[in-house]
Amino acid sequence: MTSELPTATVTVSIAVNGEPTEHTVEARTLLVQYLRESAGLTGTNIGCDTTSCGACTVLLDGESVKSCTVLAAQADGRAVTTIEGLADGDTLHPMQEAFREHHGLQCGYCTPGMVMAAVSLAAEHGTLSEAEVRTGLEGNLCRCTGYHNIVQAVVAGADAMASSRSSA
Amino acid sequence: MIPAAFDYVRADSVDNAIALLSEHGDDAKLIAGGHSLLPLMKLRLATPAVLVDVSRLDELSYVRDAGDHVAVGGLTRHHDVEHSDVLREHAPLLAYAAGHVGDPQVRHRGTIGGSLAHADPASDLPACVLALGGTIVARGSGGERTIAVDDFFEGFLESALASDEVITEVRIPKTNGAGFGFEKFNRRAQDWAIVGVAAVGGDRPGVALVNMGSTPVRAAAVEARLADGASPEAAAAVADEGTEPPSDLNASEEYRRHLARVLVQRALTSVAGGNGTGASR
Repeated sequence: MTSELPTATVTVSIAVNGEPTEHTVEARTLLVQYLRESAGLTGTNIGCDTTSCGACTVLLDGESVKSCTVLAAQADGRAVTTIEGLADGDTLHPMQEAFREHHGLQCGYCTPGMVMAAVSLAAEHGTLSEAEVRTGLEGNLCRCTGYHNIVQAVVAGADAMASSRSSA
Repeated sequence: MIPAAFDYVRADSVDNAIALLSEHGDDAKLIAGGHSLLPLMKLRLATPAVLVDVSRLDELSYVRDAGDHVAVGGLTRHHDVEHSDVLREHAPLLAYAAGHVGDPQVRHRGTIGGSLAHADPASDLPACVLALGGTIVARGSGGERTIAVDDFFEGFLESALASDEVITEVRIPKTNGAGFGFEKFNRRAQDWAIVGVAAVGGDRPGVALVNMGSTPVRAAAVEARLADGASPEAAAAVADEGTEPPSDLNASEEYRRHLARVLVQRALTSVAGGNGTGASR
C-alpha cells in the first residue's frame, strides 16, 4: 500500500463520565469493549450483542446508543456516559433512585441499559406518560419480563428529573 | 462478536471519502451510523479491508425546503428525519416512518443515506422513498449524478451506487398535504417488518412494499388499479401481484402475500382519510 493508512490499531480519546481516557486499540474494537476492557467500567453489560436487547446502552454526547454497535473509533473525541457516571457521589441520579424506589428490576442484567435509555428519553422529552415510556423503551428487553415496575420507575424518574431541572 | 480486522480511516470531507474509496476499490466500505454494516461485519457476512468513516461529515446532515422538493442530506439520522418540521409538513410519510425504524438508540445512529445504500428489502425507508418517487444524489470520482429511486435498487443488498460513490442527498418531492399510510407488521417492536407498506396519495400517488422480494418494490399492480379509479379494497386485492416474497422463520411466502393485501388496504384507507396513520404493532 502506498498511502499512509493507519495500521489496524487506532488511538482513541473519549471523555468517559467526564474523565478523559485514551487507549490504543484495534480498529475493530466496539465501544462496549473499550468501556469494559480498556476503561475498566464493567457496569455496561453485553447482552445479545446484536443491537436488539439494549443492555449495552450508554449515552454518546447525551443520546442513547447501543455500544455493541458503535466502534470505539467512532466515539473518538466525544463524551460517553455510562451507568457509573450517573450518581453524584453517594447520591443516586433521580432515575436510579426511581428504579430503587419502584423496584424496577428483577435479575438486574438489563438495568444499566434500561436506566441509560430512560435518562436519554426523559432528557429529550421531559415528563413521560406510561404509554410514552412503553414506546420509548422499545429498544430495551427485560427477559425477566419485569416491565411493569420498570415503566413505573421511568415515569417517576422522568418526573424527578424534570423537577430537579426546574428547581436548579 | 467482533468484526474481522480492518483498517479504519476517518474522512474529513466528501472528496476525501471519494478519494479513499477510489484508492481501495471493492476492499473499502463506507460507514456512517454503522447500524446496517456493523451487524453484517460481526457475522462476517461483510469483511471489508478498509472502513471509511463518513459519520463526522456534518455538512451532509440537514433537511431543507428546496422549493418543489425537500432536500435531505445523506447523513441525516433517522431521529432527525423523524423530528424535522420541514418533512412533517411537506413529506410526512418519511418523518412518520423514520420514527418507526428500529428503536430510539438505532434512530440516534442510523442515517437515511446508509439505509438506502444498504438496499435491504426489509428496511422501512427505502420503500418510503420509492412510494414518494424520490431521487438519490450520488457523488463519486466522476462527479455528481442523480439516480431516480426506481433505478436505484438492483438486487438483494445491491444498489446502483458505484464503489467510489457517496450518497450526498436524497430529494423527496413535496406531497402538498396528500394523505399517507405506513403499515409495519412485526412481532416485536424493534424488529424489521415481516411485511410493511408505504403509501401516499395526491398528484403523485405511490405504494411500495417492505420485505416482499429481493429489493424494496413498488406495488405496481395496486398503483395501476388506483390510476384506473379502483377503490382501496379493489386495489389492495392485487397487492402481492408481481412480488416474490421470501419464506423464513417469521412468515411463509403465502402469509406474506396475505399480509401485503391486508396492510395495503389499511394504508390506502389512511391515505383516503387524508391524514397519516398506521404502523400496526
